[in-house]
Amino acid sequence: MLYQQLINGLMLGASYALIAIGYTLIFGVLKLLYFAHGEVFMIGAFAGLYLVLYGGANIYVALLGAMIICALLGVIAVYVSVRPVAKDRPLAPLISTIGLTIILQNLAVYLLGGQQVAFPEAIKQELYHIGPITISSVQIFILGIAISLMVVLWFFIEHTKMGRAIRATAENHETAALLGVDVNRVVLVTFMIGSGIAGVAGVLDGIKNSGISPFMGLSAAVKGLIVMLLGGLGNVPGAMIAGLLLGLIEILSAAYIGTTERDFFSFAILILILLYRPTGLFGARTPEER
Amino acid sequence: MRDPAASHVCLSIEGLTKRFGGFYALNQLNMDVQQGHIHALIGPNGAGKTTFFNLLTGVLPADTGKIVFDGQIVDDARPSRRTLKGIARTFQNIRLFPHLTVMETVMIGEHCRAHPSVWKALGDAVLKRPFQESVAEREMQTNAIELLEYLGLAGKRDEKASDLPYGEQRKLELARALATKPRLLLLDEPAAGMNPRETSELDRIITRVRDRGITIILVEHDMKLVMGISDNVTVLNFGTKIAEGSPRQIQDDPVVIEAYLGEDVQL
Repeated sequence: MLYQQLINGLMLGASYALIAIGYTLIFGVLKLLYFAHGEVFMIGAFAGLYLVLYGGANIYVALLGAMIICALLGVIAVYVSVRPVAKDRPLAPLISTIGLTIILQNLAVYLLGGQQVAFPEAIKQELYHIGPITISSVQIFILGIAISLMVVLWFFIEHTKMGRAIRATAENHETAALLGVDVNRVVLVTFMIGSGIAGVAGVLDGIKNSGISPFMGLSAAVKGLIVMLLGGLGNVPGAMIAGLLLGLIEILSAAYIGTTERDFFSFAILILILLYRPTGLFGARTPEER
Repeated sequence: MRDPAASHVCLSIEGLTKRFGGFYALNQLNMDVQQGHIHALIGPNGAGKTTFFNLLTGVLPADTGKIVFDGQIVDDARPSRRTLKGIARTFQNIRLFPHLTVMETVMIGEHCRAHPSVWKALGDAVLKRPFQESVAEREMQTNAIELLEYLGLAGKRDEKASDLPYGEQRKLELARALATKPRLLLLDEPAAGMNPRETSELDRIITRVRDRGITIILVEHDMKLVMGISDNVTVLNFGTKIAEGSPRQIQDDPVVIEAYLGEDVQL
């Protein structure tokens, strides 16, 4: 029973982590709370759904497609809601991305309808028994994709030129630019990566819950936010671990205390973090919050 | 055609002006910096030296005037483009990336010179060798180690930049600037906060950098250092050039002495 819940917790946590990675990357580089991130996640889910339903794509193609579509959405977001607004007014990009959130959500309702849509069974459901644990092929798939994505991203951030440029830009735009880092490009790549990962998270969420709706973005955004704060602003590995942690806490509290209290615990954690460890569990990576 | 043996101008400044409201931080500055020289820029606080660096690197736009670097006008280039063209700087108050290691800090400086694009890096990272650093990455590491050895920091490569003692943080900034392979290096008060031993080491380092063929503009208050290593000195006061010449000429210039009057400076 406990093992089973641990697996469920990891599954939930992995999708939280994937959403939070984008948040924290973008926050790190721009000090911007990117409000539309939840909607990107929702659009990723729908992109995956339509690719499977009408494109006849297999699930890997759907994941890749959702990733690319969301990455493009990230580019659009930069051009319509980040670059045109005044840089010296910290609230301006926040508000313009809230605007983008509303537009994306309404567009989705208008084009796709307000109903919950069933996600087709994209993976053959099989059950495996390993000792006391029963794990399904869907669970293995979701966990496998999420964790490999995180490992690749971690490597990218820590050990490539672009990853290093992203970290340097997060610490100081001006100094990074003076060392020859093209900050505009770093911002663009950051949005693409964060959004692409959110797109994958959307598809995985669709597979897991076998249903998606245009309103799924908000709750995902809120959970992503909690995870970002828990892991430390701008701290990518922190977001990964914090995501898994929050998933475990939610599932375990739901299993042993009660399902209705599930959200109570995540928000209680949020408040505790804000009160006692405002830099998150693993330390913020932004100069101001150090 | 340029005669390589003859000295030629690396940086030429014409009529450079920057105003903040009614205050002229720089007023009609004309200045030529010879290739391969250490050119010092001195003057009392508020004379416009830091503003000059900010205009040179493109962090601030100039109001009027022209900056010609290696025969090219760079006025409209963004800071990162100017770095690519070969202008690098260090900062008066050290500006390292606190979360990066010493090694990573230097590799950031190499960023603009390493060619593989984002796409190639992404592709490499995802497809070709997920857990192996690319050839370019290893090359950058080799160069970084070489630079760290040059400045005596090789033993600290894996330490966090913010954990280094003050003097070494200054050296790391210098290493980072050198990693961009500059042809013109702007040093903003590199000796600030250094003890005499560290200053004399800095003296040797700056001379060695110059001997590599890198032109240096040095803003510094330590007159012993300035007069000891500079080939040329420009004196600013209230944004205006008041004197220019060899260290000898400057030390004897009555206008300069007057500008510094009341300040406890031994010229």
